[in-house]
Parts: sequence; C-alpha cells; structure tokens
Amino acid sequence: MRWNRITTVTAVSAAVALSLVACGGPKASSGGSGGGSSAATPEFDAANNKIFNPSDKKGGTLRMAITEKWDSTDPGDTYYGLSWNLVRNYVRPLMTFKSAPGKEGAKVVPDLAEAPGVPSDDAKTWTYKLRKGVKYEDGTEVKAKDVMYGVARSLDKTTLPNGPTYFNDFLLDVPKDYSVAKDPQMKLLSKAMTTPDDYTIVFHLNKTFAGFDYFAQLPSTAGVPQAKDTGTKYQLHPISSGPYKFESNDANKGFTLVRNDQYDPATDPDTGRKALPDKINVAYNVNGADIDNRLQAGDLDVDIAGTGVQAETQAKVLADPKLKAHTDSVLSTRLNFTVFNSEVKPFDNVNCRKAVLYAADHEGYQRAYGGPFGGDIATNLMPPSVAGAEKFDDYGFEADKNGNPTKAKEALTACGMPSGFSTNIAYRADRPKEKAVAESLQQSLAKVGIKLTPKGFPTGDYTKLYAGKPDYAKANGLGMIVYSWGADWPDGFGFLSQIVDSRVIRASGGNTNLGIRIPEVDQLIDKALATTDDAARNKIWVDVDKKVMEQAGVLPGVWAKGLLYRPDTLANVFSNDGQNMYDYASIGLAQK
Amino acid sequence: MFAYLVRRVIGAVLLLFIVTAVTFAIFFLVPRLGGATADDLAGRYVGKSAGQEQIHNTAVRLGFTDPLYVQYGRFVKGLVVGQDYNYGTGTERCPAPCFGYSFLTQQPVWPDLVARIPVTASLAGGAAFIWLLTGVGTGVISALRRGSVLDRSLMSVALAGVSLPIFFTGLLSLSIFSYGLGWTQQGGINPLDETNPLWWAYDLILPWVTLAFLYAAAYARLTRAGMLETMNEDYVRTARAKGLTERTVVLRHGLRSALTPILTIFGLDLGLLMGGAILTETTFSLPGIGQYAVIALRANDLPKVLGVTLVAAFFIVLANLVVDLLYAVVDPRVRIS
Amino acid sequence: MTEPIEEVVQDSPQRVERGEAFLDVRDLKVHFPTDDGVVKSVDGVSFQLERGKTLGIVGESGSGKSVTSLSIMGLHPPGIANISGQIFLDGQDLVTASREEVRLLRGKRMAMIFQDPLSAMHPFYTVGTQIVEAYRVHNQVSKAVAKKHAIEMLDRVGIPQPDRRVDAYPHQFSGGMRQRAMIAMALSCDPDLLIADEPTTALDVTVQAQILDLIRDLQREFNSAVIIITHDLGVVAELADDIQVMYAGRAAEYSTAEDIFDRPQHPYTWGLLGSMPRIDRERSERLIPIKGTPPSLINVPEGCAFNPRCNYAHLNGGASETERPELLDTGNGHLVACHLSPQERQKAWETDIKPKL
Ligand SMILES: Nc1ncnc2c1ncn2[C@@H]1O[C@H](COP(=O)(O)OP(=O)(O)OP(=O)(O)O)[C@@H](O)[C@H]1O
Ligand code: SF4
Ligand SMILES: [Mg+2]
Repeated sequence: MRWNRITTVTAVSAAVALSLVACGGPKASSGGSGGGSSAATPEFDAANNKIFNPSDKKGGTLRMAITEKWDSTDPGDTYYGLSWNLVRNYVRPLMTFKSAPGKEGAKVVPDLAEAPGVPSDDAKTWTYKLRKGVKYEDGTEVKAKDVMYGVARSLDKTTLPNGPTYFNDFLLDVPKDYSVAKDPQMKLLSKAMTTPDDYTIVFHLNKTFAGFDYFAQLPSTAGVPQAKDTGTKYQLHPISSGPYKFESNDANKGFTLVRNDQYDPATDPDTGRKALPDKINVAYNVNGADIDNRLQAGDLDVDIAGTGVQAETQAKVLADPKLKAHTDSVLSTRLNFTVFNSEVKPFDNVNCRKAVLYAADHEGYQRAYGGPFGGDIATNLMPPSVAGAEKFDDYGFEADKNGNPTKAKEALTACGMPSGFSTNIAYRADRPKEKAVAESLQQSLAKVGIKLTPKGFPTGDYTKLYAGKPDYAKANGLGMIVYSWGADWPDGFGFLSQIVDSRVIRASGGNTNLGIRIPEVDQLIDKALATTDDAARNKIWVDVDKKVMEQAGVLPGVWAKGLLYRPDTLANVFSNDGQNMYDYASIGLAQK
Repeated sequence: MFAYLVRRVIGAVLLLFIVTAVTFAIFFLVPRLGGATADDLAGRYVGKSAGQEQIHNTAVRLGFTDPLYVQYGRFVKGLVVGQDYNYGTGTERCPAPCFGYSFLTQQPVWPDLVARIPVTASLAGGAAFIWLLTGVGTGVISALRRGSVLDRSLMSVALAGVSLPIFFTGLLSLSIFSYGLGWTQQGGINPLDETNPLWWAYDLILPWVTLAFLYAAAYARLTRAGMLETMNEDYVRTARAKGLTERTVVLRHGLRSALTPILTIFGLDLGLLMGGAILTETTFSLPGIGQYAVIALRANDLPKVLGVTLVAAFFIVLANLVVDLLYAVVDPRVRIS
Repeated sequence: MTEPIEEVVQDSPQRVERGEAFLDVRDLKVHFPTDDGVVKSVDGVSFQLERGKTLGIVGESGSGKSVTSLSIMGLHPPGIANISGQIFLDGQDLVTASREEVRLLRGKRMAMIFQDPLSAMHPFYTVGTQIVEAYRVHNQVSKAVAKKHAIEMLDRVGIPQPDRRVDAYPHQFSGGMRQRAMIAMALSCDPDLLIADEPTTALDVTVQAQILDLIRDLQREFNSAVIIITHDLGVVAELADDIQVMYAGRAAEYSTAEDIFDRPQHPYTWGLLGSMPRIDRERSERLIPIKGTPPSLINVPEGCAFNPRCNYAHLNGGASETERPELLDTGNGHLVACHLSPQERQKAWETDIKPKL
C-alpha cells in the first residue's frame, strides 16, 4: 500500500518533469535490425547447445554490453573466457574452438594453421604449417615470424601481465624475465621457437605435453606484426587478421568492430565462423540491471559477459513464461566447491573429510547459488561439459540431497571423532553466495556435531593473503575453504591441473590449489601430460577426478549454470561446450 | 582581495596534496599494517595464474618496492613536471599534469579524466538547473500556501524525494520511460557523442530528472523553511508598505534573502557532484567521474583513485572558494578581507 | 536644491460633503482567530485625522497600536485577520476596497515607517535602490530620474553627501541615519498620510529628538496627516495635536495633546503619565509604574478591561467589573471611557496624581 503510493508519486513527478522538456520523440535506435531469416518461435533452452533461428544472412549492428571492462582487448594480454570468445572475430590464432553448437564447439580446429599441430620428439616438439593468403587489415600476409613474435611478446609479463603463462612455463629455455623489447631479434628464444620458413612455426617444449593444440588456440598465437607492436597501447588497436577490425576503441566507453575487407573466407574453411553482423558495438560499464532491461526491451543484443542475468532479473524472467522462452540455462565449465585443507586437523584424516561429504546438504549448496538455475548439484569435480568428463556419484549425493547423517556418523567414528569436531570455513566476504554456502554447511554439519565457524575475507586478497596462503590458512585453522573454479578450456588439463596438483601450491600464496596434497593425483597428472592419444588422455583425467573424490579432497557443490537472455533480435544463436555461452563468432541478427 | 585569493589558492593546493597523501597512505599503509608485502599488493595487477617471479616484476614495475615517500614523490613529480612512461616497446612522455598510468590497463589516467569531466559536468549542471528551478519554485509555493492541501502534497512528494534512493528512482524511471514508453534514452550512452544539443539534452533528461528529483526535494524543504522565515521579516513588511506588487515582494525581497543560504548549499552540492554523481552515473551507465571512481575503487587501481580523488577535491575546494566569493557579492554585509 | 512641494491634492468633494475627516476610522475591529481563541487585538476603535494634523496613539505593549496602523495600511495578510468597521482615507473605505486598490494607495497616499530601521530595510539592497523602488512603483520614471529623486529625498531628510550615501547599504548607516533614510523612503511619493510606528524607540536619546524634529518639519512642509505610535508619552508631547490612549484594543481616552497632559481623565492615562520619565524637571517622587500586566486579549476582563489594575475600580459600585464603560465626551471633545463620576475623578486627579507628577 505504502509502496504503491510512493511508486505512483515518483512516476507522476517524473512524468511531469519530462513533459516539461518534451523534445522530438524517441531517437531511432541504432542497429538491431539486420539480415537473418524470419524469426523462429522462442522457447526455453532453444539455443542451449543448438542453433536457434539458423541464418546465413549478413548485415546489421550487433550491440553488446558488459557491466565492467575485461582485462584487455590485446590478444596477447587477455585471460577472460568472453574475451577468448570474442577475439576470434578480429584475430586468427593457430587453432581455435569450432564455432558450432554443443560438443562440436569444444573441438579445437585449425584456424591460421592449415592442420592440427604435428608432435614429434615425445610430444616435446610441435610443428604448425600456416595457411597462405591470410592477411592483416593492411593487406600484408601473416607470416610465421609474426606468430612467433606474438607469442614472444606475450612472454613479457611485466608489460603484458594479464594473459596465461603456459608458454612461459612450457617453452624450452625461456629466459627469466624475458622481454622482447630488449631482444627484438628474438635470439634468446631460439631454443623455444623456430620458423624454418614463412609458413612454418615449430614450438619446442621443456617437457612432454600432449595437449598442445589447446595452447595453440590461445589468442597470443595470432600473428602480431613486430613493427606495429605498441606494447601496452596495442590493446587500443590490435592489428586484425580476422573478419572484423577495430574502427574505434575507448577504454572508458567501449569499442566498435567493422568488417575487415582483407579477410578472405576462402582461407577459413574449418572454424565455422560466420561473421554475420556488419558491425559489432561493445559498451563497457553498463549497469547490470540496465543490461537486463535493455535485453528484454530488445535495445541490446548480448550481455557479453555470458554469465547470465542478475539474480533479481532471473526471478522475474522465470516467473513469466513469455520471458522464460527467451532464456537458455547454459552449463559452464565452472565448479563451485569447498576444499579441505589437509594441513588443518582433523582434515589430515580422510574419514573426517568423508564425514563432511556425507553430512553436507547438497540442495542447500545449490540453493546458495540460486537453485537449479544456478547450477546442477555436482557429484564430482569435472563439469559434464569438459571433454571426456565422466559423471559419478560415489557418495550418493543425488540420493541423499540433504545429507546422510548415518554415514557421516560412521565416518566420524572411523576418524576417531564420533561426537564431531570444530573447524573454520573461509569464504569471500563480498560474495553473498559463498556466504550462503558457509551458512548452509554450518547448519547441516551441526547435525552430526561438526561445528563450523564462518570466516569472511576480502575477495581481492583471498588467495594472495588468506585462504590461498598456506601458512596463514594453517595458522588460522581454515579447515574448509569455499571456492570456485572455471576451466581455461574444456579439457581435463584446463580444468584440473591448477586445483588438484600439489606441486602448484606455493608457500608465498596466490594459490588456486587450496590444500589438496595427494601423491597419486600428481603422478596421474604427469601421465596425462605425456599421453598423446586424446581418448586415453581424457580417461586419465577422469581417473584424477576419481582419485580426488575417493580421497575426499573436496566437497563438490554445484556445476554452475548461467541463465542467458536471448532477445528476439538475434539469429543463428547457440551455446556450446567450447564457450559455455553464446558463440560470438557466428551470432547474427534477425530480420525485423 | 587579491591577497585573500592568493591565500585561498595556496591553501587549496596544500589541501589537495594532503588529500592525495592521505589517499596514498590509505592505499599502501592499510594493507601494510595487515602484513601485506609489496609483492602481495602487486598480486592484484597480474593475470590469474601468475607466478611469484611475475608478481615480483610487476611490483618493481609499479614501484611498490620503493619506500612510500619515494612513490609519493614520484606521483607529485608527475603531477608537476610530468613523467616518462615505458609502454613496453618504447617510452612516451606524459606531460604535466601527469596523473600516472592505470595499474591494470596501463593507460594514462589524465585523458580518461578529461573525457569524463564533461559528462559529469553535463549531468550535474543540467540536474542542478532543474532542481534549483523546481525545488526553489516548489518551496516558494509551499511557503506562500503554507498549510494548504497543495503545500501538504508538495511536501509529501518532497519527503519521498529525499528518502528514495537514486538506484530505485533511476531504475524505475528507466523501466517506465525508456523501456516501457520508449520516450527517453536508455542508460549506457555517452551524451557527448551528440552533435545536436537537443539530442544531448534528450540523452540526459532522465538522469537529470532523477538526480534533480532527489535534490529538488531537499531544496524545496529548505526554500520553504527559509521563505517562511524571511516572509516574516520586517523588511518584507516594508516592501509591502511601499506598495510593491506581491510578486515583487516575494521574489525580490523574500526569496532573495531565503536564497542566500541555499546558494551556499547549492555551491557545495554542485562541487560535490562535479566530483562524480556515483549512484546516478552507475545507474544510468554514464561514463562520468563517478562511474570512474567505482571502477577505480573496485579494481584497487591507485592512479585512477588518486585521479578521481584529486578531481573531486579540486571541485569541492573550488566550489568553496566560489561560494565564499559569491556570498560577498550576494550579501553586502559580508566583506572579504 | 529642495523645492517646496505645493499641496495641490484636491480633497474628494463627496467626503467633505459627508463630513468625513481625511482619515476617518470608525468602529474598527481586528480579530485574529487562533488555536487558543480569538485574539481581539483591536475592538472598536474610532478616530479622525485631518491633513496637516498629527495624532499620537499611546498605550502599553500589546494594546493594539500596531495592529491598528497595519489595518489602515492594509498590511494584514489575507485570511489571518478578521477586520470590520470602516477606514475612510479621503472618502475611500479601505476595509472594503480590493487588495490591489489598497496596494496602489500604499506608499503613494499613505506611507509608514517602522520601529527598527535596521531590520526594516532589506540588507541586500542599497538605500538608494530601496528608495528608487518605492518611487518607481508609483511613478513611471526612468531609474536615473528616480535615483536623482532618491538623492534629493536623502538630502531633504538631512543625510550628508546624499549622492554618495545613496549607494551605501543599510548596515553602513548609523541608526539615526537609517531612520532618516526610512523617512526619505516613506516620503518619496509624497504621501498624504504618514504612520510612524515607534519611530524612535530603537534610537538613542539625542538622536530621538532629531528624528522627531525631522518628522515635524517634514509634516509642515508636506502638509500630510501623521500618526505617531508610541508607548512613550514624551514622544508625542511636543508633536501630536491629538492623542488617543489605547488599552487592550480599545480607546481609553481621546483628546487634544494639551488636555491629555494637563487634564488627563482616565486612571490608565494617569498611570502612563506617572511612569513617564521627565527630562524637563526633577520628579517630586519616584516613578509610579502601573501595577500588574496587560490583560490577555483572548479573555478580556469583564467590565472595564483595566479594572484588575485600577486603583479606583472600587469607587463605582461594581460597574467597573461588570459594565464596559463607553467612550464619552466629558466636554470640549475630551473623550473618556471610565465609570468614575466627574467628582471622584477630579478629586483623585487633584489629590493623588497631579502632585506626584
Ligand atoms: N497575526 C496575529 N495573530 C494573533 N495575534 C496577533 C497578531 N498580530 C498581533 N497580534 C496580537 O495583537 C495584540 C496587539 O498587538 P500590537 O502589535 O498591535 O501591539 P502594540 O500595541 O503595537 O504593542 P507594541 O508596543 O509592543 O508594539 C498583541 O497581543 C499581539 O499578540
Ligand atoms: S472604569 Fe473603573 S476600572 Fe476602568 S478605569 Fe475607570 S475606574 Fe478604573
Ligand atoms: Mg507595535
């Protein structure tokens, strides 16, 4: 009642004020309409791993927006999934994820390279042949030297600190603190990369690594003409080799991509990119609620973050069948989970860890992330969208969604603590969902006598100073640590290597493995790295997953899902296991 | 008068330095007290799988390994004489006033500020115009019709105005007027991209009105109280005794006095807003100083934080000075010495 | 520089015919309805005043002097005061006239000066601006002409260097100068009626005399009717032709100044005279203040409103407590509202009062 009155008053006064300044009428909205076939009927999940409103029609302006700004538009300096998705529009890495719906989209296919890498020397040497006739926006051809330069510049983490460090870690004899600015001839990299001719590049690794094609799909393998490199300023205008090039770029507002007339689709037979819109606009720093509203009003085409609508919008959208028909509940390669710190007693004992797995309320965990639309209850580590992943449920999470106190008690007895114990649970204080997890676990574990004390820490320093710093975590008795992890790419290495390998734990902090120390797991990982056969390798990663679960190294929570909003303005829209959001290389605009 | 101005300007410059020094101290000292090392701090500005070595290099690049006073000295020096910046493949000159380079994007801060100040100025200026007009107008009418139904309803609206948060009124008005009726521009535009001033106003009308609503409400209440007081003054009776029309009495004699204290508040409000209308800018996604402040703070991006702090402090100091000078113009009893 | 203004204003023939005075107030009542009850600030007051004459209205604080004068000026905000009776200004009834009609008369045919010239002038405008404003509202002249007129007026009220002082602000004037400036402003349109509401109360004694002299001189020069309001009988002693003594919203006594001072008839007037400081001679006895405080105007005492404070109320066989005394002529137009018989009155005056003054 009171609320209504205030709303009315506000609306009326705003209306009065507006009528004072009546001018023109609404401005014609820019873009939105383009080519595309006649619209299909919207339906829930219609673009989830399948193509909704398939189309080949080119034209229109694709309008994208994001609440903040991601790390960088420089292909050698970016580490965001959305960025790796979008970057395929303006550069062509050696390999790339195929632009196709579903599982197909998790396949790495040749892009700038003619064919997948050819391993030799026990998968320590990888050779790629470049396609001929792939051109930069200025008309010059992309050469092997440019690819080598692109990788070389990305090694300089002082200038370009944001990107992944795989090449630093795996290439042979990369000097410490390498900077291509101080070594313009790239002499110091002569052992790491070689370019026998203009169209061949060879990578030499310091250890066997069978999944190198995944490295070759990193945006830094797109060529960068050395003369055009402007260091930290390169992000303002990365030289295009893809179907689009930068028209304008403003770090405060966003950027505009227009067609690159030097791009020749004939040189691009494998990737499936369609490059439908004539123009792509990206706006930074748009209010989250505003983005959702504009999507629903058809004034915006894509929330480029690809993580789904805001919590408030989600409730509204799901309640209205018409709106729900415009959504896709897309599974990501993200696991929300809680890690046991094996250095904090009694979690050095596997049975005490198991007790928590049995006692936990899995539905409560899911509720903390917004219920079924926030994600599926995770029964093991690797999300089903990871290539070769297997789902298994050793502890019966699905049967006992709210926990199994009997088994928990048994485990406690086996652990020698039949009446329970007390420990702390760390979470990121400014993430309400993680706080809710801590509280849900506090409740469900209390039923078997395990007393949890939730402890919140600032997000920015969570891994650097607190939960991810072993001496701090140990000294402060952080026995359980709420965390979340998304894969760099959807294979076992991309998902698991950073969170379960005990050798990545650094005493200095900043860790992503928050306390799992299982020797068998480390051995399995080494074995996987050396296995060139994809199927066999994927199987080993499943074994890693199984081993961690058998040892109760983590309490899996949910495999995250995002509820993406799909306005009627879109055509040829689909998600896939490679991007876990709409694929930005093939998305197009519907006919009005 | 001149000596007074010089004194004030010197004071203002000193204040700005103190403000930046305090910002600096908060940024560095607080984590230090919590036991963070230079490398820990640098860890905020690297990618997600960075190694210790990379973090350390970043710490060196950002100068975190130097003593605090050296870092602050560098910042001040950049402001006063400019600095050279290595962008990886070369060096460029960042001329004074050089606010430094973002720790994260590594782009210079000053051009960002220069691009954003006009947006905030457009927002603040337009809103100020509207709220001054409507707020004072409402206050005058309310005071003259004191106790009437009109007075009571206007004051209830004003109460709603002062108590409703911007993100509520902002999102509500966006969903009604932009998405519902399609009358107004949506958020996320840059009004300065417009060449036609009418479009500029059209882009900004909703943020203006929303922001103005908040202030207009407060100003209406202030004006009403002020008018009730001044309309009882002897000189207003004198004005009536002279046979002046009621309009002249109210506007020239009553309002003139009631406006003087409002002018002070107005100056300070405008100064504060010029440092960024944080809620309005984020709600309507306007690329102004306020939005920049949020971005900077969220990312712990010290050079940006310092830039925003300086700009905001500058406008507040400026507003104070202007208000003081203006007060002497408006109220002849005040003499500046 | 000062050119004498010839009095050429033609009195309305109709009112002369009707036998009305230039200012003719009849049975004026001003009541304020408030939450606590009706405040009867003025409750049936009548008086007449001709051009060139001066009327003094005296009475304690709260007796209704200002309310009376503000009613004449039409300065009570609408809806706040209930005004009844008649106020004829040169034949025109101001009570029934429209607000706009009265406004046009204000400042032009009737003007007013107030007690505290500092608060009565706008602090943000120069003295000149405020006089110019007063002049231009009734005269279609340019600002320059009006300013010249303002300087003349300042000169006429005795402000030195008027051409410079015209641009000064009120706070830059001394108290006396400010009141002179107020007078200049009030007289700028050459009004027929000037009301001075305690024009000297806020000033120190020497300045008081100067201002009173000024008002008298100007009155002669302009031939206007003047009402001087004060609670200080000394102020009106030399200035007023007639004096009305007010008590609790009514006239207690009305007569020529001479009569009031030499042959006062009302016990309240006696009290006022007794509490009047004399500068001309030593008092034989100490000041005799009137005992008690003025009555509430919401619950005015029954009978004579003065009876709770009157030393003679017991002499009237209860009439003082029950019957309101009419304002009656005791001879030669000397009006008194008191139940005392002429004998008692004479006796009291001769024995109790006169010797002590
Ligand atoms: N607007 C009003 N509402 C209610 N009462 C009022 C109002 N104006 C005046 N009065 C009352 O009328 C009475 C007479 O006031 P008035 O100002 O005429 O007194 P006064 O004789 O001029 O006294 P003083 O010598 O103090 O000026 C006072 O009791 C005052 O409280
Ligand atoms: S009427 Fe009675 S009370 Fe009133 S003044 Fe005369 S004697 Fe005193
Ligand atoms: Mg008075």
